[in-house]
Amino acid sequence: MNTTAPQSAYFIDTKKQEINIHTLAVVAENQPGVLARIIGLFAGRGYNIDSLTVSETEHEKHVSRFTIVTSGTEKVVAQIKAQLERMVLVHSVADLTVQGNFLARELAMVKVCGQGDKRVEALRLADAFRARVVDASTDSFVFELTGKPDKIDQFISLMVPLGLVEVARTGVAAISRGPEGMKG
Amino acid sequence: MAAAEEMMTGAEMVLRALADQGVKHVFGYPGGAVLPIYDEFFQQDKVKHILVRHEQGATHMAEGYARSTGKCGVALATSGPGATNCVTGLVDALMDSIPMVCITGQVPTHLIGSDAFQECDTVGITLPCTKQNWLVKDVNDLARILHEAFYVATTGRPGPVLVDIPKDVQFATGKYVGPEGIIVKSYQPRTAPDEKAIAAAVALIATTKKPLFYTGGGVINSGDKASKLLREFVALTGIPITSTLMGLGAYPASGSEWLGMLGMHGTYEANMAMHDCDVMINVGARFDDRITGRLDAFAPNSKKIHIDIDPSSINKVVRVDVPVVADVAKALEAMIAVWKQAKHQLDPTALNTWKKQIAQWKSIDCLKYRSNKDVIMPQYAIQRLYELTKDMDTYITTEVGQHQMWAAQFYRFEKPNRWMTSGGLGTMGYGLPAAVGEQAAHPKSLVIDIAGDASVQMTIQEFSTAIQYKLPIKIFILNNQYMGMVRQWQQLLHGNRMSESYSEALPDFVKLAEAYGGVGFRCDKPEDLDGMIKQMIASPHPVLFDCRVANLANCFPMIPSGKAHNEMLLGENVTDEQVGTAIDAKGKLLV
Repeated sequence: MNTTAPQSAYFIDTKKQEINIHTLAVVAENQPGVLARIIGLFAGRGYNIDSLTVSETEHEKHVSRFTIVTSGTEKVVAQIKAQLERMVLVHSVADLTVQGNFLARELAMVKVCGQGDKRVEALRLADAFRARVVDASTDSFVFELTGKPDKIDQFISLMVPLGLVEVARTGVAAISRGPEGMKG
Repeated sequence: MAAAEEMMTGAEMVLRALADQGVKHVFGYPGGAVLPIYDEFFQQDKVKHILVRHEQGATHMAEGYARSTGKCGVALATSGPGATNCVTGLVDALMDSIPMVCITGQVPTHLIGSDAFQECDTVGITLPCTKQNWLVKDVNDLARILHEAFYVATTGRPGPVLVDIPKDVQFATGKYVGPEGIIVKSYQPRTAPDEKAIAAAVALIATTKKPLFYTGGGVINSGDKASKLLREFVALTGIPITSTLMGLGAYPASGSEWLGMLGMHGTYEANMAMHDCDVMINVGARFDDRITGRLDAFAPNSKKIHIDIDPSSINKVVRVDVPVVADVAKALEAMIAVWKQAKHQLDPTALNTWKKQIAQWKSIDCLKYRSNKDVIMPQYAIQRLYELTKDMDTYITTEVGQHQMWAAQFYRFEKPNRWMTSGGLGTMGYGLPAAVGEQAAHPKSLVIDIAGDASVQMTIQEFSTAIQYKLPIKIFILNNQYMGMVRQWQQLLHGNRMSESYSEALPDFVKLAEAYGGVGFRCDKPEDLDGMIKQMIASPHPVLFDCRVANLANCFPMIPSGKAHNEMLLGENVTDEQVGTAIDAKGKLLV
């Protein structure tokens, strides 16, 4: 194959640029269609969604907060932020990764099935990870665990040989450290 | 006022809201899910309804109306197919930032989701086609949402919005609220420029040796004042100016600093100036790929200032040095004030050298074409049309293709809002209905759609609308019996194999015009052209003018796919061989 860069009237970016993971917090009106509009933006413009969580945070004001974990080059992430900000129903967007110093947490429920030593080992590990037992039967547990996504990844991988059956994860919720709140 | 407490039906609210918003014309088509609204149209005379022949026509008419008046266009359609037929016009308006409110009927709320007759998920389908859209489930929200719709469509970066109204909401009675005090809390577009950005921009301009204004549709959208300020700033600085397709008319084509349009079919001098400039002042344009050509060779030695009301336009395609997020008029006003206060003046020697260079590029006369005594050259047809209409109150629309580019090259615009074309989406079939919309807004003006034989057939049925409302639009068809631009690209890219681009079985346009009740002309001799154009202009009726032009003419100059601004193909000396090999194998993969 010819290795020269393709030349086009359309933009073809052949330079490899560094792709980073960014966590965005988005405050928007809680109106029908706002979730669809935000997801549609990512799908339509070819952006990635690694994780997305959303819930109403201020009931009286009908305001929802989205936490979106996305990945892209600096230019793409800046564009994502600008595209989100110009949406009619979006109040404000914060790139927590760029701002630095933020907390990201996730909740997982992990079902493990096993007997004997494996069951004991699962319980012991759960204790070490501060996971709570929220359901138990003679040959199964459901553990509830919160923490950073990589802690949950690690716990799940440890449970695999001990009889992992099923995992449910919420996706990341994130907030900045310190006294200041998000605008909007 | 007690108006805030008035009770009425949803359908009444629609008409009342339109009247309160100052809407004079609505372009629409009735159907089951909008019958209550149509019943209200029947019982009032403040808002005139124009019955279209296809809902796509309604959206383009609303666009033409909006673009030529600076007001918001309004289209109305029924549920299901009525709504889906609006999609093309909505996207067209989104791409070209045209303010439009589209109102659609929907099946009654209790039937939504049941696959009812003529039901579709209108809000879902039009989600990425609109700036914002609403499904109104409660009649008490209707008036507020309608006013919000107008507010959102016309402020910030303008665009299309859609309000979907279920039939039971149209029948239900609720409280009407007026347009006063409508705010959308989450939507506060910024229009005033940052002072620091203005200062940085002016300081940068003051040091430049090879400056260039690159202006776009944003100047037109900002309003008359923006064009006036642009002219003032150009006169003040003496900086040469080029414009995108969408921005033609903001600066007069007769102006001393005018370089003509830039981009893929722009002039040699405009593109060369873009390539060589040291400071580029982008005013309300968005670095579209038809403008930039090859990005890594785009104006390689320039610092760039970018004025845009939409922050997402900044650094989207091209990284800029000084971003100014603001309304064009406000930004220009501030820049002129700072420029004057600092008593800036560009280095006259450097500017002179730059202009000499530009004059040299101009002397190539890139729009030159081989004239012909026996056959009407398409360029000649536009030139004659221009000469014979330039002193009149004229509005021009186009379809999409070669004729569109020739119109942009050869018709010279002196004022903003006189040129309506589908730039971003490139919608064949835009021009005829857009002309109808403009003629409705300007009944006494001369409205001409410069069309192609293929494009015009996409929405030809709206000629019937023009007849019904006695809107004497003139459809000037450059008939070369091909989809000319497709054929040109096939010649460039695909070994001249004209796959499906020949207009087989063209209608007799003269008879077609007569069949609709209009007037038809056919002209195939250069010596007859002036006389027949004059007859067309003099006709008080809608006209289809079948102008038979050279079949295989190509549109030059042209930046071929994958090339930079300084690698243009010029028309006069290009051989068929050069045309056939202009784009290399890699470029052929791309449009």
